[in-house]
Amino acid sequence: MSIQQKTFGLVAMTVLGVAMSAPAFAQAGRDHVYVVGSSTVYPFATVVAERFGRSSEFKTPKIESTGSGGGLKLFCDGVGVDHPDVANSSRAIKQSELRACAKNGVTDIVEVKIGYDGIVFAHAINSPTMELSRADIFLALAKEVPGDSEGELIPNPYTTWADVNPGLPATRIEVLGPPPTSGTRDAFVELGMEGGCKTVAWIKALKSTDSDRYKSICHTIREDGVFVEAGENDNLIVQKLQANPNAFGIFGYSFLDQNMEKVKGSPIDGTEPTFDAIASGEYPVSRPLFFYAKKAHVDVIPGLRGYLREFTSERAWGEEGYLSDRGLIPMPDAERSQVAADVRNLTPLSVASQ
Amino acid sequence: MSKEMTTRERVEAGLGRRRRKETMFRTVGVLATGVGIMFLGVFFATLLAKGSSAFVQTFVQLDVVLDAETIAPGGELDLAYADFEGLVRSSLRKEFPGVSGRTERRELYRLVSTGASYQLRDMVADDPTLIGTTQSLWVPAASNVDMLLKGNIDAAVDESLRPLSDAQIEWIQALQDSGRVETRFNLALFTNGDSRDPELAGIKGAMMGSFYMLLVTIALSFPIGVAAAIYLEEFAPRNRWSDLIEVNINNLAAVPSIVFGLLGLAVFINYLGLPRSAPLVGGLVLTLLTLPVIIIASRAAIKAVPPSIREAALGLGASQMQVVFHHVLPLAMPGMLTGAIIGMSRALGESAPLLMIGMVAFIVDVPGGFTDPATALPVQIYLWADSPERAFAERTSAAIIVLLGFLLLMNLAAVIIRRRMERKW
Repeated sequence: MSIQQKTFGLVAMTVLGVAMSAPAFAQAGRDHVYVVGSSTVYPFATVVAERFGRSSEFKTPKIESTGSGGGLKLFCDGVGVDHPDVANSSRAIKQSELRACAKNGVTDIVEVKIGYDGIVFAHAINSPTMELSRADIFLALAKEVPGDSEGELIPNPYTTWADVNPGLPATRIEVLGPPPTSGTRDAFVELGMEGGCKTVAWIKALKSTDSDRYKSICHTIREDGVFVEAGENDNLIVQKLQANPNAFGIFGYSFLDQNMEKVKGSPIDGTEPTFDAIASGEYPVSRPLFFYAKKAHVDVIPGLRGYLREFTSERAWGEEGYLSDRGLIPMPDAERSQVAADVRNLTPLSVASQ
Repeated sequence: MSKEMTTRERVEAGLGRRRRKETMFRTVGVLATGVGIMFLGVFFATLLAKGSSAFVQTFVQLDVVLDAETIAPGGELDLAYADFEGLVRSSLRKEFPGVSGRTERRELYRLVSTGASYQLRDMVADDPTLIGTTQSLWVPAASNVDMLLKGNIDAAVDESLRPLSDAQIEWIQALQDSGRVETRFNLALFTNGDSRDPELAGIKGAMMGSFYMLLVTIALSFPIGVAAAIYLEEFAPRNRWSDLIEVNINNLAAVPSIVFGLLGLAVFINYLGLPRSAPLVGGLVLTLLTLPVIIIASRAAIKAVPPSIREAALGLGASQMQVVFHHVLPLAMPGMLTGAIIGMSRALGESAPLLMIGMVAFIVDVPGGFTDPATALPVQIYLWADSPERAFAERTSAAIIVLLGFLLLMNLAAVIIRRRMERKW
């Protein structure tokens, strides 16, 4: 009996406690900035958020890592406290996404380019360095490669790097990379694969005549086990590279930067993936990173203006700012001050310019 | 007589074969258990080997001059804008007067965590009279320094291959020689929320998130689960409908947890408009997840109460309800509590459904209520495992150790409750 009474007493108390906090359900206002989006921008945005939270009277922004596409979808769902204020993206917003945004009343969007990220093609530190070109990467990884005659495509027959390019060693092609849902994969395919693909004259010609076919040739990665999807966890790829000296891995520059004594980036088209080479644009496989903010939320959500300001301050994204310590490659000075001015004035993205 | 002999002979002839079979079966059983224990042992050993170093942290002693001009120019103290970082930097410069040049100085500043300036700020906020004095205090070292002293960064490899330069290693050596480096218990791991600086990152936020979630879960799933079990077991008529419900409850217990997350997103967030990332929603989703477990365990506990007790009570004139609440329920309670605790420990380890309702997020502030944004312990582990900074690797293992500790405690509680309160008939 006593057990029973005690238990029910306890349960009743907790239920009451939960019920009493019920009025807080109605999300009348939000006291923190809400950010969603790319897992590539996440490591940078979180550092800014933390610094901002610690040094201001506002709460620390909440950052969800949803991927670029998922983040922009949530972002475009509407204006109001239930919807995110900022969407991080490892690519520029698409026309279709802008239309979706506009349909839900999200019109004044401020685009902020924050810097660059290099995508590296890396291997274990002890393996010999392989000088690759984008054409080599395309031939090694595409599902279908050009055959002997013009316009002919054959299923990718290459099994060793020497098959692709006689100047390379005869080791088996083995590449670990991110899955199709990842922004890193998108960028790698667009910059690395397509860059190599364009070196074939007749495929390049297709771009203007049959762009769908051009895309499918250049963007499709082989599925016969040579390219292994290693998931979104880049730490895992680094570990696997250490275990397998012949394998290559594809990931963002920040992971190379943190694991310099374990893995090494291959030079692509003769350029090593170094901080300076990516910043100057010399390294071919690098992409800009962005975030998008809702103008309508500024000055409504406490701290949003401050967060934007902190992100675009010199101490954050400058040449020697704390984001460069984390592997973000800063933009040139002139571009930085231009974007910072746009953010201060909240210049919205003009839909036509996209 | 002769027939009896032949049976006996036949038994004896087959005896060797039967014993061999039994020995073989036992060996296989021992092997299977051994392999299981071995895997578990390897798992715990690697976890402890990797994670135990995260429970200590390297600290550096600094003599900081709380210069009034730097932090309170014109005699006015504004904590938000006071340059505490500058104070830390100048004390480092004083420690190593030979360091000049911009790059070198930057390298020097990187030896100490950014947490040092927050520590100073909190000190001054507590006691503004400290301004103008010189304080000797221990501040956390930067995570790379910590990694070097824990042996996770190899000082022997070439300078370009490690995150610390030769000069930095020299400075660390100098600090060590003067007794200004110490290894202490990593209290921050238990008192801080998440951070992107490994030396400042802690699991308190995640623990509080898990706590609030489990509170909601137990408050809802235990009464609902027990009430459902009592009704189904004691009062419900046996017909096609109750059979259907029973089959469905059993099926529900096997539904992948991510499905409950999707349901939670659709119903609680999109339809009812509850806030994203809130422990309240997490608790509701986990309630759905644990309900079948609790119902099944509670029904088994009720079934285990001997019919003689019910019959005796009925025979003395008790009503059906009196029988249930005065006799069956108290006797079944230990089993029900055990079921509830097992359900809770499953809920504690769940991360997949939380992904859908926005609890996989970077949240620094420790949640203080049911609707504050929060994460949970398993989610924190996932987030840390994916961070590029190498010091997070050991913290990931440490967080796993803490989570396993909680699970162990809960299961221990279940065992103790069962032992203490169980009645034998």
